[in-house]
Amino acid sequence: MSMENSLPISHRQRLWLYALGGLVMLFLIAPSVIIVIMSFSGSTLLEFPPQEWSLRWYESYFGSVEWRDATIVSVKVAVMTAIVATPLGTAAAYAINVGTLRLTGAINALLTASLIIPVILIGIGTFFLYARIGLNNTLTGLVIAHTVQALPLVVLTVLSGLRSYDMNQEKVARNLGAGRFSAFFQVTMPQISFSIVSGALFAFITSFDEVVVSLFISGGETTTLTRRMFNALRDQIDPTIAAISTCLIVLSIVLLSAAQLFGRER
Amino acid sequence: MLLSLAQSALPIGISGVEKRFGGVSVLHDLSLDVAAGEFLTLLGPSGSGKTTLLMILAGFVRANAGSIKVGGEEIITMPPHKRNIGMVFQNYALFPHMNVFHNIAFPLKQRRVSAAETAERVERALDLVQLKGLGERRVDQLSGGQRQRVALARVIVFEPRIVLMDEPLSALDKSLREHMQIELRNLHRRLGMTTVYVTHDQREAITMSDRVAVMNAGRIEQIDQPEALYARPTTKFVAGFIGESSFIPVECRNDSVWYEDRKLRMAAAAPSAGRHLMVVRPEKLRVIDGVEQAGDVNALPAIVGDVIYQGDSFVCYATLKDGRQVTLRDYCRSDVLAKLPAPGEPITLGIDAQDVVLVADQ
Amino acid sequence: MSIAGLRDNDGRKSALNVHALRADAQRESLGLLALLSPGLVLVFAVIIVPIGWLFWLSLFDEAGQLSAANYARFFEQASYIKTFVTTFKVAFVVTGACVLFGYPLACMLSQLPRRAASICLIFVILPFWTSVLVRTYAWLVILQRKGLINSWLIDLGVISQPLPLANNFAGVVIGMTHIMLPFLVLPLYASMKTIDVDCLRAGMNLGASPAATFRQIFFPLSLPGLASGVVIVFVLCLGFFVTPALMGGGKVIMWAMRMEQTTSLYSNWGAGAALGVVLLGVTLALLGLFQRLLGARATGVWSQR
Ligand SMILES: Nc1ncnc2c1ncn2[C@@H]1O[C@H](COP(=O)(O)OP(=O)(O)OP(=O)(O)O)[C@@H](O)[C@H]1O
Ligand SMILES: [Mg+2]
Repeated sequence: MSMENSLPISHRQRLWLYALGGLVMLFLIAPSVIIVIMSFSGSTLLEFPPQEWSLRWYESYFGSVEWRDATIVSVKVAVMTAIVATPLGTAAAYAINVGTLRLTGAINALLTASLIIPVILIGIGTFFLYARIGLNNTLTGLVIAHTVQALPLVVLTVLSGLRSYDMNQEKVARNLGAGRFSAFFQVTMPQISFSIVSGALFAFITSFDEVVVSLFISGGETTTLTRRMFNALRDQIDPTIAAISTCLIVLSIVLLSAAQLFGRER
Repeated sequence: MLLSLAQSALPIGISGVEKRFGGVSVLHDLSLDVAAGEFLTLLGPSGSGKTTLLMILAGFVRANAGSIKVGGEEIITMPPHKRNIGMVFQNYALFPHMNVFHNIAFPLKQRRVSAAETAERVERALDLVQLKGLGERRVDQLSGGQRQRVALARVIVFEPRIVLMDEPLSALDKSLREHMQIELRNLHRRLGMTTVYVTHDQREAITMSDRVAVMNAGRIEQIDQPEALYARPTTKFVAGFIGESSFIPVECRNDSVWYEDRKLRMAAAAPSAGRHLMVVRPEKLRVIDGVEQAGDVNALPAIVGDVIYQGDSFVCYATLKDGRQVTLRDYCRSDVLAKLPAPGEPITLGIDAQDVVLVADQ
Repeated sequence: MSIAGLRDNDGRKSALNVHALRADAQRESLGLLALLSPGLVLVFAVIIVPIGWLFWLSLFDEAGQLSAANYARFFEQASYIKTFVTTFKVAFVVTGACVLFGYPLACMLSQLPRRAASICLIFVILPFWTSVLVRTYAWLVILQRKGLINSWLIDLGVISQPLPLANNFAGVVIGMTHIMLPFLVLPLYASMKTIDVDCLRAGMNLGASPAATFRQIFFPLSLPGLASGVVIVFVLCLGFFVTPALMGGGKVIMWAMRMEQTTSLYSNWGAGAALGVVLLGVTLALLGLFQRLLGARATGVWSQR
């Protein structure tokens, strides 16, 4: 295989570079691997590698009503968030991509605001607002707050899909007699479906993994998994969390590969 | 059905179309009439506004002002899908997620044509563009020329009132392009749809069109039949853009035209007083000797410069008295060659009175 | 070539259909706005309105009087100053560590053949999409007093007393570096990918040594990507909450934690809001400066896969 972008360095230097890069990759991946392995440990002590193997922490996770409820809340909210954020984000990306609107800069800034505004500020602000309209500790409130955080990801993902798509095709479709919506659904959407699905998956993960805002606005019946985990971690290090973490890691892997597979198929 | 287009072809009346892209004016008060069933080509250099005009006709670019009437009906604010104007895009823009059949059936599906009729009409369209039997092919399994034909079939299958084509052949190689030019021309003869065709290849424009509109910087400089455009350009731009020409400054006073101190003999009436340019085509010049100076020939004394032989013909560059260069082209016949002096020697060039064409000197 | 057209009183030609066309343009704009509006309304309601409200609150002191007391506090109380110092210290150290680790990694990724690079990229993207909480938990397990590192080192006899790795500054920095690294590597890698091989070859051709080619050609060309990575990492560090809250052991109080304490623990909304306003101001100022200097948007990290 040819080197596409070779730095003119000697073999020795290249080896050093790869060794260094490999170490950094190890640094990035090791914590997840360690957690996955330790989740199968049979002892309460956090030892690595584990002396004995068992599924007790998974049993403790799935056996606990609290953890289970929190998981159900998180799944519900994440699914709802993906369902709400994907069409909203796709519609917004489409409108931005047409590019005839004035103030596109401001619109972009507003839509991607939640990526750069410190999450803690969003958390406090949302809590403050929800306290007045009674949305704290509700599923609706969580879905709205998570949608706002997932929206920029959907917009950016779909936008990058639209930018690599030949908009002339939609024009052709309209020229051939399809209205704007009809042209979008028949011609554009099938071709950017990879981006839309990716956007939806990102929205799902974003919501499922969201901690800070949930910390403020979820509680009681609607405590999310991440909030419960955060509180548990503040107290002590419970190996059950290793099992939960493993599940979250697997979820990320599954969703990312789903996006990749879907992309390869097209 | 498909062959009934000739009756349903409609004229287009474009008037006063203006288009600005953020302050920059791209079309200036443009007016143009296209007759029903006519094949009209927009020809012009890059950036002259050809695509913009086509997009306005198709409804994808909104003009700032103007009127577009199709068969007398105003369509300037009509959405694209209701215009019934078919457009072939430069890169074809076939739908990659549909096979050839579904690509061509797309416009019929939008019009809720029954399945049986759709199949029949698609079949006939495929036949017309000589792609019989390729309906099940995927789009990426087609050659460039075949894609071009699918794009064409997709448009003619719904029998549009008008067909627009934006440089449809520019992505094809030369021989295929020439072949497709003839095919497009024949298709137009057969179906008779009003066609507006965009190209910046003057040869293509001249071989294919009933009339050619030469565009420059957002204006139509001249619109005429191809031969007339070549023989009687009305502006310096057209004369320079179509074919080769040299320009010789002349002046009109007292109803006659003067080149330096010689009165020009010309067949056409003298233009308004003032400075003009005489358009001199290389093949309209010839070498004359003293005898011929009478009659309807204008004599231009010059000095011979380089002579370049091109096999069957030659090109001779000559310098006029005022230092201006003109070009002469002729076939390598022995009588012509005999009259040609060596470089550096004086020569008299002649141009017939009926070949004298004047354009304004801007 | 004059077209028969009506002339109005000024002698200007009155253009055809101007009003109809303008109305049509407006209709289209409204349609597009309608597509945008659900998203915009949500963002406006959930982000802009509460932040504006908090800003308003921050202008009043506890007695409800209009005052700058909430802001003056930052300069007067040592604890606030200490929080800011800690926050910037953490942000600088983490950003530095990310550059130190991220540059070689991005460099290596850009040198690998396509397939290998996309496999190695998984090592960056997977953590990027793994919950911050999970990764923080992992580091807690690894670094705490009875954690992996300490027990290994003690087993190996290198140390007799456990090293203080978690619940302090070091723990916060290690955990945050892990979390921020992908934010630096992804834009950096993208910009390195676009460096033209011919540029490098030309450099070599003109007689530059490998080191000089790297220093004078490759490195400068990778700077825009590095800059956007650095800015995004720094900005995210300033407002980061989860890792310092869990790994700081109560000793490393960063800006975001201070905000949480002030509002949740002490219910002092004015003071918390003022902290938030200043944090937002600093963040936007940094991003604005970056955008002005480099003409790029820092949110690019999220749009590349
Ligand atoms: N969407 C747009 N925004 C701004 N300017 C534009 C836009 N579309 C076209 N223009 C400008 O309008 C002018 C005319 O463009 P147009 O595409 O119509 O030229 P053309 O005659 O088709 O040229 P070509 O032969 O290169 O296709 C050009 O100067 C172009 O830069
Ligand atoms: Mg064009």
